[in-house]
Amino acid sequence: MRDKRLLRTSVYHVFVILFGLLMIYPVIWMILSSFKLKSEILGSDAPLFPTTWVWQNYPDGWKGSGSVSFATFFKNSAIVSVLGTLGTVFSSAMVSYALARINFKGRKFWFTAMIMTMLLPGQVLMIPQYIIWNRLGAVGTFIPLVLPKFLGWPFFIYMMMQFIRGLPKELDEAAMIDGCNKYSIFSRIVLPLLGPSIITTIVISFYWIWDDYMGPLLYLSKPKLYTVSLAIKGFADAQGTNFGPMFAMSSLSLIPVFLLFLFFNRYLMDGVTAGSVKG
Amino acid sequence: MVLSARKKRSSSGGFLNNDNVVGYVFALPFILSLLLLTLIPMSLSLYYSFTDYSIGSKPLWSGINNFFELSRDATFGNSILVTIQYVVIGVPLKLVFALFIAMLLTKPTRAQGFYRAVYYIPSLIGGSVAVALVWKQLFGSQGPIVSIIQGLGAKNFNFFGSTSWAFLPLVLCNAWQFGSSMLIFASGLKQIPRDYYEASEIDGANVVKRFFSITLPCLSPIILFNLIMQLISGFMTFTQAQVITDGGPNYATNYIALNIFKEGFGYQHMAYACAQSWVMLLLMAAITGLIFKTSSHWTYYEN
Repeated sequence: MRDKRLLRTSVYHVFVILFGLLMIYPVIWMILSSFKLKSEILGSDAPLFPTTWVWQNYPDGWKGSGSVSFATFFKNSAIVSVLGTLGTVFSSAMVSYALARINFKGRKFWFTAMIMTMLLPGQVLMIPQYIIWNRLGAVGTFIPLVLPKFLGWPFFIYMMMQFIRGLPKELDEAAMIDGCNKYSIFSRIVLPLLGPSIITTIVISFYWIWDDYMGPLLYLSKPKLYTVSLAIKGFADAQGTNFGPMFAMSSLSLIPVFLLFLFFNRYLMDGVTAGSVKG
Repeated sequence: MVLSARKKRSSSGGFLNNDNVVGYVFALPFILSLLLLTLIPMSLSLYYSFTDYSIGSKPLWSGINNFFELSRDATFGNSILVTIQYVVIGVPLKLVFALFIAMLLTKPTRAQGFYRAVYYIPSLIGGSVAVALVWKQLFGSQGPIVSIIQGLGAKNFNFFGSTSWAFLPLVLCNAWQFGSSMLIFASGLKQIPRDYYEASEIDGANVVKRFFSITLPCLSPIILFNLIMQLISGFMTFTQAQVITDGGPNYATNYIALNIFKEGFGYQHMAYACAQSWVMLLLMAAITGLIFKTSSHWTYYEN
């Protein structure tokens, strides 16, 4: 009986691990390819592991294709992603507090509007938004990529609302008696307790902004301002079949997202599942 | 306690502490974004779709000319068809996959957290250009996957050279990012009361029966939620198609968002692209609405 259970558990783990390897195979393939000679990356007899490890792909790729190196692209991506993430966290927390905790006239209306916006695909708005930014003279700057993030992101507003609804109302009332007003309740009670939800927002919004391709594609035209995602595409086009440096830069571009995930993974798993479905 | 709190509030009151004022102060970012980033652009786009506007020119009213053109535009018609193909095949595949993995990883072992993290990795990076570039080579004519397929006998097989197979790597890339749906399914699975399963086990129901008579009905509201979210993002797929195939071969993966992008920024037909956006929006609204309407027949709420 006990042997049978042990066997079943082992089979389970072997299956989950093998299937997991299959799932991350494309990532492994990319990283290994970034250390390969050009001749070993593609073709029917290409080995999985490089026969000689080519570190040179990294410095070769880092130089970029024109006069601008990947140092600039990473800096640009960092600026856009950090500012955008900060904006998302603060504005979304504010709005979620209003919609979840304050009884104001029109709350139902704004909540419905928020859900509608969440369901509205952004691509539908890409042309008119571009026309507006163009008329404001902001095309070719980071402004169209960053500023909107300071106006709340419905997906995260919704997620944080679910979380705030789970906080006991007695906390607010107790704080009221101690002399807090609605503003200090937000900064002293709600914001600190939002912790897990804020971490989830940081991780997810950071990687969404970091990975974003359409925004930079529309709004950034000078290579000096390219973010990593846009630069890699241009780099790949310029390099043609010289895949080694391209895979090297692709691998590097994923590192910030990976690190963030590694640090906050535990909170992320809880935050997403606590937020998204209930209610 | 509630009473005293209320008293305190009204006495320390003042304009700024009025609930209506506080509410609007905190909701202000969203109100601004709704106005400036959604409503104004949408109305503008609606207006432009009845003109011949392009950047740098004055919009001249052209009535329903754009929509008339659209009805005869074979490229646009094709892009709607291939988008529907992408969604109809891709979304169910992704959801089934997400549910399968979520169920696989419900077994409470010490490695559960680790497993979930590993299975979430594709979703973390799957939307990036880096992965799209990997996909392009991984499924390319010289890549390892085509090599395997050719080794099995299909001598000249090539995904991106074939109008009937080019969509598959894109669909797989989307399905591969099953992580967020998986986590949402996992939290739903956790909420199904254990005694449902125990009772049915006593009644002699087998695994398959339990899945269809307990798991699926209990998960149905969550399936609806995931279905709607994935449908919307599926309809608007852009990055992968732009980077991997650029719509080809012969428009086989020229999805609607890509077509709008090319029309607006490639050919500078802004007004025509706006009209396309509106047709697409209405189509999606109709499909989403239809799903909501029929959902009362197949979703099951406990209370």
